[in-house]
Amino acid sequence: MSMNEHTSDPLADSLLMQPIRKVGIVGYGAYVPRYRLPGTEVARIWTKGLGGSPIKEKAVAGLDEDVITMSIEAARNAVARAAIDPKLIRAVWVGSESHPYAVKPTSTIVAESIGTSANILAADWEFACKAGTEAVQASIGMIGSGMNTYTLSIGMDTAQGRPGDALEYTAASGGAAFLLGPADEAVAIYQGSYSFVTDTPDFWRRSGETYPSHGDRFTGEPAYFNHTLSSARALMELVGTTAQDYTYAVFHQPNVKFPSRAAQMLGFNDEKIKHGLLAGEIGNVYSGSCMAGLTATLDVAKPGDRILMVSYGSGAGSDSFDLVVTDKIEEARHRAPSTRDYINRRTVIDYATYCRFRGKLKD
Amino acid sequence: MRDVAIVGIGQTPVGEHWGASLRELAADAISAALADAGITAVDALIVGNAFGASFSSQTQLGALIADYANLGAIEAWTVEAADASGGAALRAGYMAIASGLADVVVVVGVEKSTDSIAGTRVMARNVALDADYEAVHGLTQAAQAGLVMRRYMYEYGVELGAFEGFSINAHANAKGNKNAMFQNQIKPGAFAKASMVADPVNLFDGAPDADGAAAVVLVSVDAARELGKPAVLIAGSAAATDRLTLHERENLLHLAAVAESTQKALAQAEVALDDVHVMELHDGYTILTSLALESMGYAERGQGWTLAVNAGEMLRPTGKRPISTFGGLKARGNPVGATGIYQAVEACLQLRGEGGVHQVPAANTALIQSIGGFGSTVVTHVLRFLD
Repeated sequence: MSMNEHTSDPLADSLLMQPIRKVGIVGYGAYVPRYRLPGTEVARIWTKGLGGSPIKEKAVAGLDEDVITMSIEAARNAVARAAIDPKLIRAVWVGSESHPYAVKPTSTIVAESIGTSANILAADWEFACKAGTEAVQASIGMIGSGMNTYTLSIGMDTAQGRPGDALEYTAASGGAAFLLGPADEAVAIYQGSYSFVTDTPDFWRRSGETYPSHGDRFTGEPAYFNHTLSSARALMELVGTTAQDYTYAVFHQPNVKFPSRAAQMLGFNDEKIKHGLLAGEIGNVYSGSCMAGLTATLDVAKPGDRILMVSYGSGAGSDSFDLVVTDKIEEARHRAPSTRDYINRRTVIDYATYCRFRGKLKD
Repeated sequence: MRDVAIVGIGQTPVGEHWGASLRELAADAISAALADAGITAVDALIVGNAFGASFSSQTQLGALIADYANLGAIEAWTVEAADASGGAALRAGYMAIASGLADVVVVVGVEKSTDSIAGTRVMARNVALDADYEAVHGLTQAAQAGLVMRRYMYEYGVELGAFEGFSINAHANAKGNKNAMFQNQIKPGAFAKASMVADPVNLFDGAPDADGAAAVVLVSVDAARELGKPAVLIAGSAAATDRLTLHERENLLHLAAVAESTQKALAQAEVALDDVHVMELHDGYTILTSLALESMGYAERGQGWTLAVNAGEMLRPTGKRPISTFGGLKARGNPVGATGIYQAVEACLQLRGEGGVHQVPAANTALIQSIGGFGSTVVTHVLRFLD
């Protein structure tokens, strides 16, 4: 489906999503587990070291880590930066495709662990790698409509890579949490957002399956690029901006090549994406991918900087957000560890340890 | 028997048509071919398709495509002979016109490879091998090519790099063909550095599976003359088979069905090997091309690769022995059951003098060869411009 089909829609004039009252990011926080599996190690096992790797290394959750524990870590960082009483939070939403339980919410465990009250909305979201940004869209709507004041939207994954599959090089663990609230308390304010979704089966995991399937090269042009570019172009058209208007851009990053190419096609140079492009160092953290990238960008952003953030989830869809950084960033960023701190905290493991940590050894 | 002519040709680009279905691709090629011929009423539709059942979960392509292409409730069915499906369908169409049982036949080759993903596709393709003695043991088509190539290199003392001229030529010739899958060039020395698919068959050696459809319109020569359009005579048509099971063959390094069908087709056309100006061979693997050239008689046994020396310069449209002039299977791409019809369309473009940058000077006689399996089914046609 082309962009033109959408802009000829009778709703075309109202496609830009803007809440009644302005909403922003009050606190943010990332979490990346410390273990790293180098691409050369995967290649050593599966290709005799030939053929290269799409990234340098990927982050791997330890034996005692899962989406719940990692979400708690990121959420604590977000609450610390927001410097609010967690009892003021009215929604805790966790987007992931690796929720530890099929039935039983991740979000309730995270909420109690960070000390929210019981007066909250809580749910787990799933839309492949876009589940976290979907939760952000919902938070903007909820706060922007006046239904409540603070919500917590998390994107976190311990992504599953089938042993020997091309995705095993990149399927990684990590993510980020965003505490959204009123614009006047925010470190960055949403100017508008947009979402572009079609039925495109590029990557999926059926119920009961351990590992996902994917459509090889179909995951490129018709899937990642069509949705990412359509979403980004639509948002920029709707708010009347071009790549030149943005200080930084952050894209969903299943590898380094895809977001780099998407950025180039949209007119963003390497300088504008380098702080948020983490895939080469931590891999594809799925629901947390561009969200972690945004935290790393906020870690270096200055007041007045404008940021375009574009997610992508297989199946398929893309959320785009237009953000302007405020002067509150300078103080808030120091209240929790930076994303770069987590990236620099690394312990390299071999493939056998990776198999043990990720439960790959089964009878 | 009546003489048969091709009076209309049509093709879609070869590649990854994720947005187009099997029926849409076929209908596009058919409507282009009918428009080229200036014909609207068709007696029969013959479909060349190899893996519709497994790639696209679809059989009965005759009824499906005849309906979708608005050809009416005509006779229509599929011919399957693995990668030779296109050539076999062309021969079925030729027989229908020659026998007088039909006056206007459309032959369309169509394949939708990208409906299935790589692992599934290899499994699906393996039904073309001997299920009991080959596929069950894990053999694949690429592995067959690898085994034969290894034997060839051992028997004749040939180095891997000797084969790369075929791939270099195919990619050089695909340049400028808007219907080709690849426009990139392969540089000398590429084989030495390429990653292996089925050692010694590497990434730059095997042809890629693709989506695409091509169609030709066949009528009798008398009808062709009445139409008054540029027409191509099917001067020779022959098919032959060899043992499906590779290890049952007396000589692994000789393609008996290639020899048989080539000799028959040339004899019918009353054409000698050296009278052929341009060939579209089944260059699915460089070893297959080497062996085909030897089995046809263009090279001594063990010498087929020598035609590809100097980066395949002899094989270019302006060379002594032009092959794969629009890129061949290697660079135009291999839309499996459609490939034989692409060869026919490309040969017609050559003979009609419409080859553009691919044109072989003064091409008057062409040979096209469609191969199923590792030479198990071979269909050869000799085409000549109809004056």
